[in-house]
Amino acid sequence: MELANLQRRYLDFTSPLFHEGILDNQFTQLQQLQDESNPEFVLEVVTLFFDDSEKLLNELTRTLDQQVVDFKKVDAHVHQFKGSSASIGAQRVKNVCMAFRNYCEEMDQEGCLTCLQQLKQEYFLVKNKLETLFKLEQQIVAAGGSIPMMW
Amino acid sequence: MIVEERKGTRDQFPVGMRVLAVDDNPICLKLLEALLVRCQYKVTTTDKAITALNMMRENRNKFDLVISDVHMPDMDGFKLLELVGLEMDLPVIMLSANGETQTVMKGISHGACDYLLKPVRIEELRNIWQHVIRRRKFEKSCCTDSDNRDDGLKVLANSEDGHWAADDHNGKITKKRKDQSEADEDDSEDNIENDDPSSQKKPRVVWTIELHRKFVAAVNQLGIDKAVPKKILDLMNVENLTRENVASHLQKYRLYLKRLSVVAGQQASMVAAVGGRNSSYLNMASLNGFRNYYAIGGSRQLPTVLGSLQPTGVLGRMNSSSTLAMQGLLPSPTVQLCGMHKSTSNPCNTDLGRIQGIVAPGNRQMNLLHGVPMNLEPEQFPQLKLLQEPRNQLPAGFSDSGFTVGPKSNSFPIGTTNPLFVQAHEQHNRTGGLQNHSVKMSSSSSELLDFNLQDISQFTSNNRSGDGSWQGASGSTEDPTSSLSILAPFGNIALSSGNIGANISSVTTHAVTKPFDEFANTMAAPLHDAITNNNINNHVRSLNGNTMAMPPVHDDSRPSNFSLDNSIQSWDYSINSNTVSSRYSNPLLSKLRTDEATARFHSSGIAVGEKNLGATAVVQGNFGTSLVRQDCMIDRSTVDGQLKFKGGYESENSRLHSGINSNGSCLADVVNSMVKPVSTFSVFPG
Repeated sequence: MELANLQRRYLDFTSPLFHEGILDNQFTQLQQLQDESNPEFVLEVVTLFFDDSEKLLNELTRTLDQQVVDFKKVDAHVHQFKGSSASIGAQRVKNVCMAFRNYCEEMDQEGCLTCLQQLKQEYFLVKNKLETLFKLEQQIVAAGGSIPMMW
Repeated sequence: MIVEERKGTRDQFPVGMRVLAVDDNPICLKLLEALLVRCQYKVTTTDKAITALNMMRENRNKFDLVISDVHMPDMDGFKLLELVGLEMDLPVIMLSANGETQTVMKGISHGACDYLLKPVRIEELRNIWQHVIRRRKFEKSCCTDSDNRDDGLKVLANSEDGHWAADDHNGKITKKRKDQSEADEDDSEDNIENDDPSSQKKPRVVWTIELHRKFVAAVNQLGIDKAVPKKILDLMNVENLTRENVASHLQKYRLYLKRLSVVAGQQASMVAAVGGRNSSYLNMASLNGFRNYYAIGGSRQLPTVLGSLQPTGVLGRMNSSSTLAMQGLLPSPTVQLCGMHKSTSNPCNTDLGRIQGIVAPGNRQMNLLHGVPMNLEPEQFPQLKLLQEPRNQLPAGFSDSGFTVGPKSNSFPIGTTNPLFVQAHEQHNRTGGLQNHSVKMSSSSSELLDFNLQDISQFTSNNRSGDGSWQGASGSTEDPTSSLSILAPFGNIALSSGNIGANISSVTTHAVTKPFDEFANTMAAPLHDAITNNNINNHVRSLNGNTMAMPPVHDDSRPSNFSLDNSIQSWDYSINSNTVSSRYSNPLLSKLRTDEATARFHSSGIAVGEKNLGATAVVQGNFGTSLVRQDCMIDRSTVDGQLKFKGGYESENSRLHSGINSNGSCLADVVNSMVKPVSTFSVFPG
């Protein structure tokens, strides 16, 4: 059945995300918070995350591009990024942020730039995955079904 | 029956508990909101700490609990925590991604009820209502347990180690109180019923200036160590004031004093360096001196301020460490310069000498400032609000003596040198932004610390910039205008140090600098004073840049207590800006000349040099710090009663914050309020 297939596809897609550590339990918590009174909660939060993250990434790129890098500023941005990624369960992004902060502390511009690259990679990966996930969810809902939960 | 109705409402608790969530990260905030809503609490969110404070001040009973992030751009979470604790006495829970033990410890020391790690889990949030209940119960038992006062006091005393808010402390205290209450159950029950059981909230006692003054007088009379709520209450002899009210106020006061002493210690060194005079000035300024100073109309005020300061029992409170620090700082090239100045027949010299004594350390000044910053504490202490009031009064005094700076409050922030400088600053305002800095220095002691540095730099730069007065000041007291003499010390300092900026930095590296930083932060606000020009602001910015570290009461890593810290960050003081042109107008200095008070100082040995200076400084320092403290505490009381203890703080606080970005007046106000002259101060000889 269309719905069953969709649901299976959804699970097949989402499950590895958790196994690979792209998403963690926090994302599940987010999903649990979604209910009738808050039907678009996950989408709203994740959209917020995308907007905020992209701003942060631009800022980071700019700040690290200076002749004299303001590491405090960089650290502040990364801290913010870490907080938000942790809140939505983007585990790999969060991990890169943690490493990033170490480089900031050491004022290692090279290290920071490398981390920034990694950060971008992980961010766009999780963004891509989440967008697909939402699409699949929409399809399930459109087909009249309910989204199978991971837990 | 009313009681029953109330009980009914109570039973619903924690459902509908009103929580205020503060977090600058929008994703975290949204998540937190959703979690809290899921717990059936009523949630209000904001991403700005300042907004949160304003919301709470608008209506103290608006919220039951506050959850706040630690890392916020506009205000340090710890600062917000303290403010809320002081002003509103609400339970505050800290949130952070940083779970290091030290940071958590800091949170608890600052009075957090709890410290949660991000990302926060709903299970943890389900339990937070316990903090509200615990707090209420504790307060209640404080009120109702008259027979257990002594025990309660002990508990209070134990808790006053700054960990009052810690859960375990609360638990212990509550438990103890409960034990004690057992013997007094009927009493408690009656009291409970008489209170507002449904809300479990006692009507808040507003600590007006008068009330606070009585309180401080009582505490002083008893001796800070022997002051117990019951005795204080008896001494105060105020109706409708419960021992519990006094107890909680005492606790806050003690915390405040602790902070001051820590800061004072550091400042003391600065003060000492400056010759103590500054500190005394600072204190004076901060406490009441400012007001007195202005009221008197100039230099004359100084002595008065000093004099007035002495009587207060504050001196006794001075930390020995600060004293030592002061002494240690005394010797300095600038001191010698002071001596030089003193030798000149110029009347200013005497005053100047005094000033020099204070200023001498030049570099030290910064320390002094640090030491003195106590006034800056206002933020923490609601009394800040009072500061604003004095501001208005300043003009009176100043204008007469040329200290126009007063009202502008520019001087306050700088707070370095007391009105004297303020005036100088005023006059020099025209010359440039720096002037503002200088002004600030004088106005408030606390500010002095921060500003001193800047002022110094300003002075030095100004001097160099060809301001005749400076040159004169540096070399001799020839400068006809007293202002020079006054500034001279600074100038000298600058000259001697070669670079105030440099000195400042060196000073800043001194342990004392820590407080300086703090003050700088706090001071920052005043900078925005109208008088100050952009320069000041810029200067402020460069200086402050970083988080100020408040002299820790319990641990060294405490962030600056002043809420201004964060706001000040924008100020970015640049102490090292030699470009600051301290164009303090000589006229200001001349005013100083007439300051009899300075004469006193002067004679004490500034001319002699370091030694005397030290002695004087010590005295001053002690004086100053105690003054500062007292001032801070008293400020409120001295305020024309318009400001309520908490309310005052509130407005001051908000003003401070806003001030930073707009007019520095806020700080000045704060300083003013802090400086509010203590009525008990006697006139200084001379």
